[in-house]
Amino acid sequence: MYRLPLGNWVNHGVDWLLDHFGSAFDAFTKSVTSVTDSLRVGLGLLPWFVIILIFAFLAWRAKGWRLALGSTIGLYIIYNLELWAPFLDTLILVLIASFVSLVIGIPLGILAARGDRFHRVLSPILDFMQTMPSFVYLIPALMFFSLGTVSAVFATVIFSMPPVIRLTDLGIRQVPEDLVEVGEAFGSSPSQMLFKIQLPLALPTIMAGINQTMMLSLSMVVISAMIGAQGLGAGVLAGIAQMDIGKGFEYGLAVVILAMILDRLSQGVVRNSRAAIKKS
Amino acid sequence: MGVKIEVKNLVKIFSSQPQKALQLLDKGFSKEHIFAETGLTVGVNNVSFTVNEGEIFVVMGLSGSGKSTILRCLNRLIEPSSGSVVIDGVDITELKPQELRHVRQKNLAMVFQQFALLPHRTVLQNTIYGLEVQGVSKAEREKRALERLAMVGLVGYEQSYPDELSGGMKQRVGLARALTNDPDILLMDEAFSALDPMIREEMQDELLNIQQKMNKTIVFITHDLNEALKIGDRIAFIRDGSLVQVGTPEEILSDPADDYVAKFTRGVDRTKTLTLRDVMKRPHPLVQLRDGPHVALRVMKEHGLSSVFVVDRSKHLQGLITADLALEARKAGIISLQEIKLLDVPVHNESVLVQDILPIIAESKVPVAVIDNEQRLIGIIIRGSVLAALADTGGDPKDVSTTIGQLG
Repeated sequence: MYRLPLGNWVNHGVDWLLDHFGSAFDAFTKSVTSVTDSLRVGLGLLPWFVIILIFAFLAWRAKGWRLALGSTIGLYIIYNLELWAPFLDTLILVLIASFVSLVIGIPLGILAARGDRFHRVLSPILDFMQTMPSFVYLIPALMFFSLGTVSAVFATVIFSMPPVIRLTDLGIRQVPEDLVEVGEAFGSSPSQMLFKIQLPLALPTIMAGINQTMMLSLSMVVISAMIGAQGLGAGVLAGIAQMDIGKGFEYGLAVVILAMILDRLSQGVVRNSRAAIKKS
Repeated sequence: MGVKIEVKNLVKIFSSQPQKALQLLDKGFSKEHIFAETGLTVGVNNVSFTVNEGEIFVVMGLSGSGKSTILRCLNRLIEPSSGSVVIDGVDITELKPQELRHVRQKNLAMVFQQFALLPHRTVLQNTIYGLEVQGVSKAEREKRALERLAMVGLVGYEQSYPDELSGGMKQRVGLARALTNDPDILLMDEAFSALDPMIREEMQDELLNIQQKMNKTIVFITHDLNEALKIGDRIAFIRDGSLVQVGTPEEILSDPADDYVAKFTRGVDRTKTLTLRDVMKRPHPLVQLRDGPHVALRVMKEHGLSSVFVVDRSKHLQGLITADLALEARKAGIISLQEIKLLDVPVHNESVLVQDILPIIAESKVPVAVIDNEQRLIGIIIRGSVLAALADTGGDPKDVSTTIGQLG
């Protein structure tokens, strides 16, 4: 029986890409790394309590004083455990990965909502991204972008982008038919339809997608530490390697605290946008 | 009075490849035959009619008859499969997307059955939507929108959101939104069907009022004969996607083209058996005797009424208070309705036959009150509801038109 040489094809494809675009990948990696490094330096300049205050303020605006108090306590625990520097690294990684996911994902979601054919092509690709074991693309990520933040962002984006694409698509498709008809009947152009009717009404669903994307990117923190991402994940890995269960727990707890704060914050924003779209 | 809209041989087949079905239709095959052969549904079957400038043209039919599809072919929310729709001499089925948008912005505005207000926008922002799309300046579009909102009686609600409004008020916004564009043609898709019967009557009156001032060309879709007779200059009957009859209300009633139309218009025989209970409407809203004129005015305003029934605690009818009476009382500083001389209204028991009090219903300027054996107010009779009940039942169409003559 003839066996498909699928694995070989993939190997050749990766080699070919490296041979022809290796220098381009290097340049890309360098420029992105310089951006993340300057971000890290910038955030590092801010005193820890200022960052806690910023979080408390955002939490208060998004949901109220309870969340503000909770995130203040949580972040203080992280500071107290002397995990502030890795915490900032992880925060930067999550924010950059989420940002990239949204910048690519929301437009893709809009295109998918507008074209059934694109929707059909995209669906299996998204399934692929979500279910392909992440170790499979960690190695090529390493080869293309070398050890460090860029590889970690790449792997995180692949894993965490699908929800925001799917939910943007869904949100736009769920806009009631008669409201789309209103847009048509009053002579809206396609972009007016998008920005005045579809996106505002899809906003709560899109925000839910953003929340999901942030949570998923946090869940990649430990795995991306394996390819050289700095931060809390690296601490967890070190704890495991050294059989230092206490250390692993401390770093793990910091991940949980960050996850809870980001989740409640973005959920608060979802709720606010839902309230803004009054149900008619 | 020239021709404003001319619809010629309009066909809509629900498919992206309607050619085969169109050919069969051309050869004169029936809808059923085409469905059996191709599996395609003929939504609109070779419909032609003209709408004159300044008239209210009602398209009437049961749900699923294709009337909404016909309406949507006029502004191409649904693309006709074949045929032409000529508006002001321009065949809009030929227009490119850009030109079509222009026609939709300038000439055609639509009012929707479920109001279709944008929930994330205030009443004012909803009303200016059409002008916003056209790029009219903010000051200008708000000025025009405020004029229209005043016209439909929504002053003071500009900053409210749609979910804060009652159904009647929402549709007033829908109407204001359409009028703000200052179109020549209004397309109204069962615009009042989702409203309570009394609010519906109010809105019909409002529309006739506005039409008197603005003289638009209106294409109005409904399944309610009563509504069609009340507002239509001419009525087109649609059945199974085909046009059955076009005519003035009088022509339709006196000379129904076939059984289908006759079925709608038939209906006097049962007046012999219809009791008030069968035709009354739920009395809502009501005010209590202990309430004051302020409450009465607020209730009227909320529901868009000019008068409201007053009851005591055990729902015994005390009379009717009009907006004028309430205003006077408020001016005089009266705080309880008990101190006001309320208007008397005709009161009848629920078991009375409609036939016996038809003259009273026809002549009464106020709704007739219906009470049960305990003297409690259980319903009200408005002329429209009697007419609707009559039209729903079997009988000779000639008698219906006489009845309508009586009801005036």
